[in-house]
Amino acid sequence: MNKNERACIVGAYEHPTRHAPDKSVAQLHAEVARGALQDAGLDASDVDGYFCAGDAPGLGPLSMVDYLGLKPRYVESTDTGGSSYLIHVRHAAQAIEAGHCNVALVTLAGRPRSEGSSGTQARAYNIMAPEAPFESPFGLVPINSYAMAAQRHMHEFGTTAEQLAWIKVTASHHAQHNPNAMLRDVVTVQDVLASPLIADPLHRMECCVVSDGGGAVIVARPEIARKLKRPVVRLIGGGEAVGYVDSAKIDITTSAAKHSGAAAFAEAGVRPGDIRYASIYDSFTITVLIQLEDLGFCEKGQGGRFVADGRLVAGQSGLAINTDGGGLCNNHPANRGGMTKIIEAVRQLRGEAHPTVQVKDCALALAQGTGGMLGSRHASATLIMERA
Amino acid sequence: MSSETTVRRIPAPLINPEAQPFFQATAEGRLLYKRCEACGQPHHPPRSICPHCHSDRTKWETTAGLGTVYSASMLRRGVPVPYCVAYVTLDEGVTLMTDLMGFGNSTPAVGTRVQVRFVEAEGGAKVPMFGPLEAK
Repeated sequence: MNKNERACIVGAYEHPTRHAPDKSVAQLHAEVARGALQDAGLDASDVDGYFCAGDAPGLGPLSMVDYLGLKPRYVESTDTGGSSYLIHVRHAAQAIEAGHCNVALVTLAGRPRSEGSSGTQARAYNIMAPEAPFESPFGLVPINSYAMAAQRHMHEFGTTAEQLAWIKVTASHHAQHNPNAMLRDVVTVQDVLASPLIADPLHRMECCVVSDGGGAVIVARPEIARKLKRPVVRLIGGGEAVGYVDSAKIDITTSAAKHSGAAAFAEAGVRPGDIRYASIYDSFTITVLIQLEDLGFCEKGQGGRFVADGRLVAGQSGLAINTDGGGLCNNHPANRGGMTKIIEAVRQLRGEAHPTVQVKDCALALAQGTGGMLGSRHASATLIMERA
Repeated sequence: MSSETTVRRIPAPLINPEAQPFFQATAEGRLLYKRCEACGQPHHPPRSICPHCHSDRTKWETTAGLGTVYSASMLRRGVPVPYCVAYVTLDEGVTLMTDLMGFGNSTPAVGTRVQVRFVEAEGGAKVPMFGPLEAK
């Protein structure tokens, strides 16, 4: 079988809300499922595979399968934080290829904004998590974990605060064209550096938004994709990897994206230079910089120069990133940015991004997710997609 | 009242049976780590099975409590009292997550030399934190 004929993304939907105090989490899952099915031109009765992660209420997929009235013959609830949904798409393609299902639904939804969540809150440790006794007293939260990676990157490679700020500036240039984006004002490097320091060296404007909402995608067998009316987007490569601190030789400036990216490019048979659009997980500015290096878009240590001066704004160079405004300006629903990364890549391949930020003749796109904490345990997932 | 609110709350370590000897030692003012007798490599957090080679011949060793800041970050907002999380690489070659204290309001630079202190957490357990080198 042609590897490019494994599976296609036939439906994609991003919930327009960013604030949903009057909705339940299950309701948001149902709304995004309905949106993605309508986008694909399929019915819930066509779905025979269902994928969700820790944002879905209930035990694994059980409550959502019940609530959505699905009849799956394949379910999966791999949870690697924000990268889960990219892994789900990859696993859905594998399940389809193996004949376990034909139409897989992947949903994400949550209401962290309504629930008062923030990146400075301590995570709840499971009492039997092996790391708990050695981490819980020290106050590791999302932002100071990523901040330590940034601090070390600056030390090793001379990366500057201005270069990191350009990542936010780039996102803001894209977000101004997205009517649903939470933050639509264009900002400057000076604005970013004048915002309060939250965890040295990261400023408030270098943190993603906290938003309610969600998104869903549908992965289907190619024969089904060709019968639908939407442009066909094929998954041609994928990779996943887990990273952690090796206490005998620590290095938090390289992430597991090095391995997931290499696997995805090898499977797809393309190179970073072939990619014209990339969704790069942007929980914080440093997340983007490290992943761009690890995926091979530039050399390790050169990320600062690569992102500076607005080079990654659509139309400025051979590569555009996060044209929806990303997690930094648009949306980071359920504190998990992986789903929106897939959705904007699908928009670009379909030619349905905002005209101002649409990459011309976008034939190849990459979506990259990081879950957990970059300066600690994390999971990386990479998808490479092609317009048929 | 105001001084009460500026005292940093250090959550009790969630001590499981495998971690018990580490915290018995911290209560006595000693910082332990583990080294594998099969492959010779150190590791932390301590495990009964070596994460490098999966041998069960891991043994406790005592550190001199001196190390170097690998990376650190002062968290300034969203918390009642700012604090500085860090990775410190001990002179014995193993890196651990900790907090830095005694450096005022700034994040110490990568490479800063530090020395262990044992700080009481909620519930009475002592946890290892690091501060400036003490004068001999």
